[in-house]
Amino acid sequence: MIALGWTLLFPLLGALILGWLAKPNAASLLNIATSAVGVMASFVLALQVLASGPIGGGLFYIDAFNVYLIALTALVGFTTAIFSRPYMTHELEQGRIGTGRLRLYHASFQGFLFTMQLALSTNNLGIMWVALEGATLATVLLVSLYRTPESVEAAWKYFILCGVGIAQALFGTVLLYLAASQAIPDADDALLWTELYRHAAELEPSVMGIAFVFLMVGYGTKVGLVPLHNWLPDAHSEGPTPMSAVLSGLLLNVALYALVRVKMLVDGSLAGETVHNPNLAGYLMMGFGMLSFIVAGLFLHRQRDIKRLFSYSSIEHMGLMTFAFGLGGPLATFGALLHMTVHSLTKSAIFVTVGHASQIAGTQSMERIRGLISTQPSVGWGLLIGTVAIAGFPPFGVFTSEFLLLSATMEAWPWLTIPLLVGIAVAFSGLFRHLQPMVFGAKPPSQDALKVNMLPVYIHLFLVLWLGLAIPGFIAGWFDQVTQLITGRGLL
Amino acid sequence: MKVVEWLFALLQMAVFVAAAPLFSAWIKRVKCWLQNRRSPPLNQPYKDLRRLFSKQVLLAHTASALFRTAPYLVFGATVIAAAVVPLIALELPTARIADAIVLVGLFGLGRFFLALAGLDVGTSFGGMGASREMTVGALAEPAMLMVIFALAMVAGSTNLSTVIQSMLAQGLALRPSLLFALLALLLVGIAETGRVPVDNPATHLELTMIHEAMILEYTGRQLALMEWAAQLKLMIYGVLVCNLFFPWGIAQTLDVASLLIAGVLLCIKLIILGAVLAVAESLIAKMRFFKAPVFLAVAFTLALVGMLSFVMLESAS
Amino acid sequence: MTRYLELQLVEQAIITLAAMILVTSFALLGQSRVVATIRTFAWQGWLLALTTALVAWDIGHPHLYVSALLTAILKGALIPWLLTRQARQLGILRDVDSIVRPGITLLIASALVVFCYSVALPIGQLVEGVTRDVVAISLANVMLGMFMLVIRRKAVTQVVGFMALENGIFFAAVAATQGMPMVVELGVAFDVLVAVVLFGVIFFHIRESIESLDVDALNRLSEGEK
Repeated sequence: MIALGWTLLFPLLGALILGWLAKPNAASLLNIATSAVGVMASFVLALQVLASGPIGGGLFYIDAFNVYLIALTALVGFTTAIFSRPYMTHELEQGRIGTGRLRLYHASFQGFLFTMQLALSTNNLGIMWVALEGATLATVLLVSLYRTPESVEAAWKYFILCGVGIAQALFGTVLLYLAASQAIPDADDALLWTELYRHAAELEPSVMGIAFVFLMVGYGTKVGLVPLHNWLPDAHSEGPTPMSAVLSGLLLNVALYALVRVKMLVDGSLAGETVHNPNLAGYLMMGFGMLSFIVAGLFLHRQRDIKRLFSYSSIEHMGLMTFAFGLGGPLATFGALLHMTVHSLTKSAIFVTVGHASQIAGTQSMERIRGLISTQPSVGWGLLIGTVAIAGFPPFGVFTSEFLLLSATMEAWPWLTIPLLVGIAVAFSGLFRHLQPMVFGAKPPSQDALKVNMLPVYIHLFLVLWLGLAIPGFIAGWFDQVTQLITGRGLL
Repeated sequence: MKVVEWLFALLQMAVFVAAAPLFSAWIKRVKCWLQNRRSPPLNQPYKDLRRLFSKQVLLAHTASALFRTAPYLVFGATVIAAAVVPLIALELPTARIADAIVLVGLFGLGRFFLALAGLDVGTSFGGMGASREMTVGALAEPAMLMVIFALAMVAGSTNLSTVIQSMLAQGLALRPSLLFALLALLLVGIAETGRVPVDNPATHLELTMIHEAMILEYTGRQLALMEWAAQLKLMIYGVLVCNLFFPWGIAQTLDVASLLIAGVLLCIKLIILGAVLAVAESLIAKMRFFKAPVFLAVAFTLALVGMLSFVMLESAS
Repeated sequence: MTRYLELQLVEQAIITLAAMILVTSFALLGQSRVVATIRTFAWQGWLLALTTALVAWDIGHPHLYVSALLTAILKGALIPWLLTRQARQLGILRDVDSIVRPGITLLIASALVVFCYSVALPIGQLVEGVTRDVVAISLANVMLGMFMLVIRRKAVTQVVGFMALENGIFFAAVAATQGMPMVVELGVAFDVLVAVVLFGVIFFHIRESIESLDVDALNRLSEGEK
């Protein structure tokens, strides 16, 4: 529990201290240091849980499912903090932001990490909601950090759409509490996930069904499911790049985690139902997931801004993961868990690279970024490899997880593999169509190399490659534990 | 017994008609008190009516037979409406035709001829007043019907006597449907009888006229009948509010004691209602005419919410 | 009908107050002046606090009194004050956000209320006590809050719609489950407060960037146009 305390406490303290620390240099170093402590604490926690099983049970509960997400969040937060140091220094030099706003940025960064870790580690579904709403609140002002009309509009849309969405989730939580208080005598325990999971079969199915619809709409908005996705491309493209990296890589995961936790409850409640469809939750997730996947893949082609391109790619992959979790079964769930990990790592790496690329070219418009490999090979190659990875090329991890998902779909719903394959192909072509002129070709006169730190990118991409080629035994065992938890059967 | 009952019903109607100008005078008195003026005496409307009845009738040479007969039709319709509304007793022979929708129909009839009379002479004031009256009427009637439906859902019938009886049977209960129906009826009543903020009964300025504009061309006994009809309509709405929502005291049998008590209690209720109306008129400014639809939409919504809350809240499943 | 009359006066009062809260939701849809909208929202907060207190008395859960007090302070006083102050600083306090078609708006709102009633029927079966009938009203408030967000065009009135939505959900929590655990309620209240403060900051950003607070003018970001 001490490790958990450190994982949560350090970001919170970091946020508070960074709120008044004015020196940019010291602030970015403190940012990195706080994140480093967070990473180490989360790894200790992970080892603890893997060795001795779930811990907690009151307000906090760590089992195999959320501990790996906690570790992932801390890791990506750490590497992004490393990246954000030179990036924000450059922004400061360029005059795009001032020291006051940099202070806001650092404080919100750590505050955001705190709310995400809180959402992941809490056992109380109400606190989970509070933390997710807190994550939105922590990042709203960051989206409009550059104060351009577009960024202000993006922040407004983000705030209102995510706010309304998450209010639906609150209503769903209330309904869940209603169903729970009938089955669980102690009112204060009725929102604890562990208690709900134990009593899942006693929860009233009709109410749980309605609650799931609201929760799906609510948390689904934050996952970025079509048609509730409108805020995502704007928010992810208008904020500073480190923010886009953590938003795409982490927040979407946490929202999906919340959705899956709730699905586990609803499945338990609806199992064996004759009046309502026992697979309601699964079908809903599959439907929305497939819709997001296809629509996002199509929209990829029309983009002109590089960050919006990759935001749509995020929507597409989150759709795929939602579909996989909805499909259920050990194969799909294992694939989805693997996909959550590799997508998070790859997407944050891509956004880091994109950030540097746009700094080099001075613009985010893809038509004006050219010849990255000639200008600065590390950035150019990073972008190329990253895109190759996210598009699903072997031997990267994304290919493995998509393959697992396709196998599972072939088993259960054979004809759905066709839209999946078509969608993957469409997204692939969309990404490469835009990528090719950007990385290849001669160096244009206006672009110069910059001082960049591409180490985080390479670490992430290496991890993704490793996970694709040969998943280490203990990670596979870890995923298998989670699969067993979610679906009741292990894969291995 | 039947003859006595019918005679009593006629007597009640006569009292109703005779008391209407007194109600208007009371409202005017309270308004004058609020404005720190000396009010005219309470029998002033009667004096006005007598003066008008004795005057010569002047007609425009463009006036048709409709113009000459309209005052009698309007007054007749309003008097029948007065006969239909239970004043102080419930078990009267007229109670069988005391249907709320009949009431709305009679008011509609009166409004129809009033508007036609306004159009008949061909002046612009008359035309304007008629068009405004029909606008307000078109919006007020649905709202009124919604109020009636809300009451009908609670009481199980649209017959006014039955409604009042069921209200008495309930005793003191705080029901949202009735609360909203009451508010809606008050708003509709203000609109239909042409009080502030919809129309100003005390002005002869063009911009604020609805009712005044339509009767501008009338003189003599025709004017007297039109004015009396308007006062009677106001009294009918007042009695409706008092008896439908605060029915305690109304005589359910035809013996002298209960009738006397009913009469006294009704007087007290009307005095209070008149005072409330006068205070409200003094506090609120008159709306511009194009806001009148909004006003009536509020009334309609309140009545609708009243019906919805009956279905959702009070008829427990 | 006789069953309603068997309820105690407190319970009848709770039901009447619930209907009055519904009326405030309708009123929020129909108000065009910004000042009046904020004031109606404050009224809704007070009515909500009063209803919560009455439910606490009727059922005997003392922690609901704390909830009621929190609601009264936060939603009846603090948030309207914050919104008014922000609106005054932006100079839009006396503005009018006119409704385009009030008649159709009212009809759609009524249809939403009826729809919510049918959705809430299975939920109501589970709730014991007087608040069973009130669940449908609370859901209707949520829907009307969302509807207000859709039809409003000025930023401040949209935020009031958002807050009305949260009011509806809080009311649903009181009605269906007699309040949530205290820790959750405190968390939600904190979130709402922070949200209002952040809204105020964003208003300034919007005004600085597009010189007005008409959110229809926020339309530079659209598909593939950049």
